[in-house]
Amino acid sequence: MTQANAAASEPAHPLHSDATQEFVTFTIADQLFGIPVLKVQDVLSSYQITRIPLAPPEIMGSLNLRGRVVTAIDMRARLGLPPRSDGGECMSIVAEHEHELYSLVVDTVGEVLAMSAATFDRNPPTLGSKFRAVSDGIYRLDEKLLVVLDVNRLLDYGREPAALT
Amino acid sequence: MDDLLSEFLTETSEGLAVLDVELVKLEQNPNDQELLSNIFRLMHTIKGTCGFLGLPRLESVAHAGENVLGKIREGGLEVSPTAVSLILECLDQIRSILEILESTEAEPEGEDADLIARLNAFAEGGNVESGGGEPAEAEVAVVEEEPVVEDEPVAEAASETEAISEDTAEDTQAEEPIELAAAEPAPVAETATAPEPKAAAANPKAATGEAKEVTESAVANQSIRVNVELLENLMTMVSELVLTRNQLLQILRGQKDSEFAAPLQRLNHVVSELQEGVMKTRMQPIGNAWAKLPRIIRDLSIELDKKIDLVMKGAETELDRQVLELIKDPLTHMVRNSADHGLETTAGRIEAGKPETGKVILNAYHEGGHIIIQISDDGRGLPLDVIKGKVIANGLATEAELETMTEQQIQRFIFKAGFSTAAKVTSVSGRGVGMDVVRTNIEKIGGTVELTSTEGKGTSFTIKIPLTLAIVSALIVECAGQRFAIPQLSVLELVRASAHSENSIERINDTPVLRLRNRLLPLVNLRNLMKLQKPDGPESQQTNDVAVEDEAEVAQIAADPAPQGLNEGFIVVSQVGSYTFGIIVDRVFDTEEIVVKPVARIMRDNQMFSGNTILGDGSVVMILDPNGIAAATGEVELAEESSEIMNERHATRGEETVAMLVFRAGGKSPKAVPLALVARLEEVDLSKVEVSNGQQVVQYRGQLMPLVQVIGDEKLGTEGRQPVLVFTDRDRTMGLAVDEIIDIVEEPLNVELTSKEVGYVGSAVINGNATDIVDVAHFLTLAFKDWFGEDGSDSYGDETHSRLLLVDDSPFFRNLLQPLLSVAGYDVTCSASASEALARCDAGESFDVIISDIEMPGMSGFEFAEAVKKDSRWSKVPMVALSSFATQKDLARGRAVGFQDYVAKSDRDALLSSLHEALADIRGAA
Repeated sequence: MTQANAAASEPAHPLHSDATQEFVTFTIADQLFGIPVLKVQDVLSSYQITRIPLAPPEIMGSLNLRGRVVTAIDMRARLGLPPRSDGGECMSIVAEHEHELYSLVVDTVGEVLAMSAATFDRNPPTLGSKFRAVSDGIYRLDEKLLVVLDVNRLLDYGREPAALT
Repeated sequence: MDDLLSEFLTETSEGLAVLDVELVKLEQNPNDQELLSNIFRLMHTIKGTCGFLGLPRLESVAHAGENVLGKIREGGLEVSPTAVSLILECLDQIRSILEILESTEAEPEGEDADLIARLNAFAEGGNVESGGGEPAEAEVAVVEEEPVVEDEPVAEAASETEAISEDTAEDTQAEEPIELAAAEPAPVAETATAPEPKAAAANPKAATGEAKEVTESAVANQSIRVNVELLENLMTMVSELVLTRNQLLQILRGQKDSEFAAPLQRLNHVVSELQEGVMKTRMQPIGNAWAKLPRIIRDLSIELDKKIDLVMKGAETELDRQVLELIKDPLTHMVRNSADHGLETTAGRIEAGKPETGKVILNAYHEGGHIIIQISDDGRGLPLDVIKGKVIANGLATEAELETMTEQQIQRFIFKAGFSTAAKVTSVSGRGVGMDVVRTNIEKIGGTVELTSTEGKGTSFTIKIPLTLAIVSALIVECAGQRFAIPQLSVLELVRASAHSENSIERINDTPVLRLRNRLLPLVNLRNLMKLQKPDGPESQQTNDVAVEDEAEVAQIAADPAPQGLNEGFIVVSQVGSYTFGIIVDRVFDTEEIVVKPVARIMRDNQMFSGNTILGDGSVVMILDPNGIAAATGEVELAEESSEIMNERHATRGEETVAMLVFRAGGKSPKAVPLALVARLEEVDLSKVEVSNGQQVVQYRGQLMPLVQVIGDEKLGTEGRQPVLVFTDRDRTMGLAVDEIIDIVEEPLNVELTSKEVGYVGSAVINGNATDIVDVAHFLTLAFKDWFGEDGSDSYGDETHSRLLLVDDSPFFRNLLQPLLSVAGYDVTCSASASEALARCDAGESFDVIISDIEMPGMSGFEFAEAVKKDSRWSKVPMVALSSFATQKDLARGRAVGFQDYVAKSDRDALLSSLHEALADIRGAA
């Protein structure tokens, strides 16, 4: 899939929409993130994950979600963040990408928030490349900033260079 | 009804129905090119299939219709109601012929020249009605190039005829339409300058209305077409259901007296049936993959000027369509190869004294979860010398290496890349991209391909592939606390390796290897391969020690605790094509039926995994791909020595295995006796050994049992315990003192029987060691001088000197059974084959009872029994069948041909009692 296609398949960009959009929020290393709620299939708390040998470091392994094999992605590794040190339970968000299920392992999953387009901002150009590659933009909350994750780009392995342009 | 015909009827009826609708649409949107092409294509397909099936009348009608459509498509004609009506009329005609075809299974007599003439006239000029409608095109069209791509032979003939008619047309000679016989594929076209008034009568009828009246085809209604994707989805769902059921059953196993037991059992059955049913929907006769072959062979025979007869057997054998798709091309390639390379030219065949017509035989059949496809020809066989030359020329092996290879190993070189023995590259084959691709493709789906070839006699390839790829049986293993599945198909055997047993892992420069039955087995350590770390603690030994059952071998080893240490573990001996290697794992669990799911895209580059799956306990495991592992560990090419294993395995199939008790007694080399002869293994307390009459004896079960030593007369020690093999016969017991009992080994034996040494039958290779086979009879006589004595008072009674004929092709078994039977008091004569035995019959020898092996080369035991029972002097002699495999079916067959009883070879007591009964019967009858 080319960049253009990837963009076309995404839901309407928040910039072009006045309506509010709902996001499942979660935190990784104290940073708030959000994924459009329609993209999320499931939220899991601790789950037995089978390691996959020889896999890239951000692949934690695979798990069984109601008879489907789900690939678990360590979001910290994916975003180039240090491994978690507080030893707390991880949670994960299950999303589908090109007919395959992925479980994004994050620190905590929060509530579903409705965001108004008025509070949306583009990625600051100074944002690190790892973040910029997967972030769709920023919502300004009262206390925090919410980074919108683009699931497609996040999971489009092997096409990362294209996504960076 | 013929499958092909009924399929044709279904397909064509559907096609016609679609055409009806589409034509009407076209009439409304005359400029819709897509619609038009679709219509044209449908019509073309109908014509094509008619031609293919040899239905000339249908074909000619369809062809004429297609012709008109072709003109419209090129823009030569416009879509007009007239045109549409005419074509619809043509469809109706086809439909009515089909109806008759369906009821009579033959094309009706009669002709459609009138309709065809009108169609052609229209195609030529577009002015069926000279008076009305469209303006007549003034000139005879100098007809354009035939646009239709013809691909059926009959169709070609048709266009030829047409071409002639076009010539005629160019000469502008007005001709009357000539009515042709219906069988004639195409009529002569009329010129536009001579429109026939009768053509005008054709059109204005509401052809569509008519079509509705035509009765629906009964055959067409019996089957429906279902999108393959839908079937695939169904299959996936059923697979999930199977997994869930397995999960439930596993929970149930852990709970005694559950009230769920009965409903779960029912669920179990229903799911199994459902699975079977859905599988069946995916099953297709292999004939579908063969459909094109007759044509290919026909073309080949013309191109190569050979006479070739293609024989196809078992075309109805079914297999999963996924598998079918994958083997279609390899099969076609191999058949081409057989016809091109395999068969000699006609002249060559005559010279070789063979029938002019060469044969290529395709044979397919099921064999235990596999489908076997054989492609054989009676051609020249693989020319060894040519292969050798090529091998050397291509640098695949040196002359010296070739010297050491068996014929079969050399022949297997044809599976290497870039190898073609065809002297010249023909358009058919000889490009050297062939057999290696075939082999790779077949191995990809877990199949194997083997070949046998005799120079001058022909070549035969045997392909073995799994019936389905969706659900496979897999062995679950563990390494470093992590479980993996290995498809059972590629697992040959399991070996437990430990430093203290026969099977210890040895190392050459850190490369682990295992001595396995005379061979060095390359090993790969799964731990290193997967870069796995040792589990940190015992708790990482996941909680799911799968309940082990069924597989006895697995159960046996899995019962042991996980071995630790570098040189311990289990070795999964796997085979990829002809390459055999071992995978070292920590533990082996159960085998499970698993559903193969594709690996996540991210991991797809990794060759080591063929997928992943969810086990009965719900956890996800990766499925190891032995192909990938073999490739990753270096050995991609055929391992030459591995064909030895193939040979070995072939041999195993042909030979019977026999259980041998291996022990050590005096001297370094191990000794062995057939386990069947040994009654018990005992240890006697040496302090209890007494001497009586110059013979060491021990009190054993209320009797004095003489103790005999294998070597020499040296007395046994006086202390400690002495292992003893106990042989008994009736009320006599003898102990054979041995140093150490090593093992019980079951494997095919080739005994060198030329032992001059007293006390030995000969020697054989057992477990990789030269082993002396002890002659039990010799030691029996040592213990009891009269063991085989004349005095038969203590035997079963009447059996003494009952003359017994033993027919068995295996010298080993003859030598095994002869002492056994002699011991039991029979007067034993041996024959190595059924025909030899029958010769004895003709020679006038007579016997009281006959024991015959079943699996013998040449005349089998069954045939032998039939021959004996039919008309020979021996027809009254009781016969006992002896076989390594005694199934219920064999038993029935044995009885049917006249065997009194059917005994497994290893069952000594059963044999003796059966003989006793057989003789008692005959005496009772007498």
